[in-house]
Amino acid sequence: MNEEIITSGRMNYKIDPQLHIWGWEIPLYLFLGGLAAGILFFAAFYYLKNRDQEMPSAIKTAPLITPLLLIIGLLALFIDLNHKLYFWRLYTTIKLESPMSWGAWTLMVITPVSIIWSATYVRELYPSWDWKFKWLYDLEGFFIKNRKVLAWIMIFFSVILGIYTGILLSAFNARPLWNTSILGPLFLASGLSAGAAYIMMTSVNQLERKLFSQIDLVLIGIELFLIIHMFMGFLASTEVQIEAARLFLGGPYTLPFWTIAVFTGMIVPGILEFLEIRGRRIPAYIPGLLIIIGNISLRFIIVYAGQASRYLY
Amino acid sequence: MRYAMAIDTRKCVGCADCVVACQTENNVPIGYCRDWIVENTTGTYPQLQLEIRSERCNHCANSPCVRCCPTGASHYEDGGIVLVEAGDCIGCGACIASCPYDARYPHPDGYVDKCTFCIHRVRDGQKPACVAVCPTHCLYFGDLDDPESEVSVILKKRKYKTLIPEAGTDPQLYFLT
Ligand code: SF4
Ligand code: SF4
Repeated sequence: MNEEIITSGRMNYKIDPQLHIWGWEIPLYLFLGGLAAGILFFAAFYYLKNRDQEMPSAIKTAPLITPLLLIIGLLALFIDLNHKLYFWRLYTTIKLESPMSWGAWTLMVITPVSIIWSATYVRELYPSWDWKFKWLYDLEGFFIKNRKVLAWIMIFFSVILGIYTGILLSAFNARPLWNTSILGPLFLASGLSAGAAYIMMTSVNQLERKLFSQIDLVLIGIELFLIIHMFMGFLASTEVQIEAARLFLGGPYTLPFWTIAVFTGMIVPGILEFLEIRGRRIPAYIPGLLIIIGNISLRFIIVYAGQASRYLY
Repeated sequence: MRYAMAIDTRKCVGCADCVVACQTENNVPIGYCRDWIVENTTGTYPQLQLEIRSERCNHCANSPCVRCCPTGASHYEDGGIVLVEAGDCIGCGACIASCPYDARYPHPDGYVDKCTFCIHRVRDGQKPACVAVCPTHCLYFGDLDDPESEVSVILKKRKYKTLIPEAGTDPQLYFLT
């Protein structure tokens, strides 16, 4: 027997009996960041490949939602802060060892870029749109001329943002479940897959839709591969990480993780997309929504379960 | 200078005087604590072994909490004491998640709070409140770089361990076994 009890009584709020410092805000922030990163990545990628005629949704329509996603994400982060009046302190320092710091800066760069990108397409999509002031038209002209630069910035920062959503967690070695470098690529892949799903749902172009269901299928494959690797890594590691893996292998998170995040959110849409590619007609929003649900639940489950995993004394 | 604390688990009786002394000295809000007592029982009845430990922030020399703080609010003071500057802290909770010892808590005023090794007393040449009050004198505090200090002397004489050294934090609380 090995029993540890705190006999002096310790009931620190949000710490005892089990750490719960992060509620819904952080997983929502991670999900929205990943989704926006996915959409912006594809927009920039296909723009740079000069595919704006074949990819109207990926390049023009889908990115319109990203400023909103990013702003809600930042708002969720803000709600999570306990010392809100000091929020600006985040932007008076850059600390490279702190993912929280460079992630906040990444958002500060990519949010305005997403707004500018969307703004350069507004008049093309809504011909009656009027910018009211001449200087706004001038500005629009300037950015339209420099779309290429914007696209490069977007590619670079969307990949950073996508990886960041995972690294924010994996930097914490105190929580063995998060402490795996697989979380970076896993969350990047899942963000890209959510982005592709959103583009697929908003697209009116048959070819584009087909392409993005293929992309999604590949990304789902990658995610499943990474998840298997993550568990192989845990089970071959130290006792604390084996314990962490048990949360999903018989422990309290087994059911939600495997049924919602993996089965409903990856395997089922993967099969549907496979059938679609084989020529069956499946409404795009069914796999699309399932992927988004899987994405949200993956972040929630990992953030919550990670706080339940700890070092054994 | 490297401040550290040694805790004699053979002398400690778990009276929790250190906990109360800290709460009073540092105005810890009601319902919270910066230090606590752990009772660890191992073995099978009737061969049981009991270890009692007075625990607090380990003032780690390689602290994940300082590393992950986005604003620099969590920082090292002289002597390696890990402190939170309330006016720089945004309350993001990253440091709380990063501490393998769960030594930090969110203060009701918004910032994050934890043991300070009573730096205000130490700078005045006094001992931390918990050390000063312990009725069994099982807590030792001092500078590890000074071979004559209480803590250096006792660590030379006795066997000790640290908590979760495998987390790579280089903790500075030494538990005499
Ligand atoms: S015990 Fe926790 S709070 Fe204290 S220095 Fe180490 S990691 Fe930071
Ligand atoms: S809660 Fe405060 S001290 Fe902790 S990491 Fe965030 S800003 Fe730093």
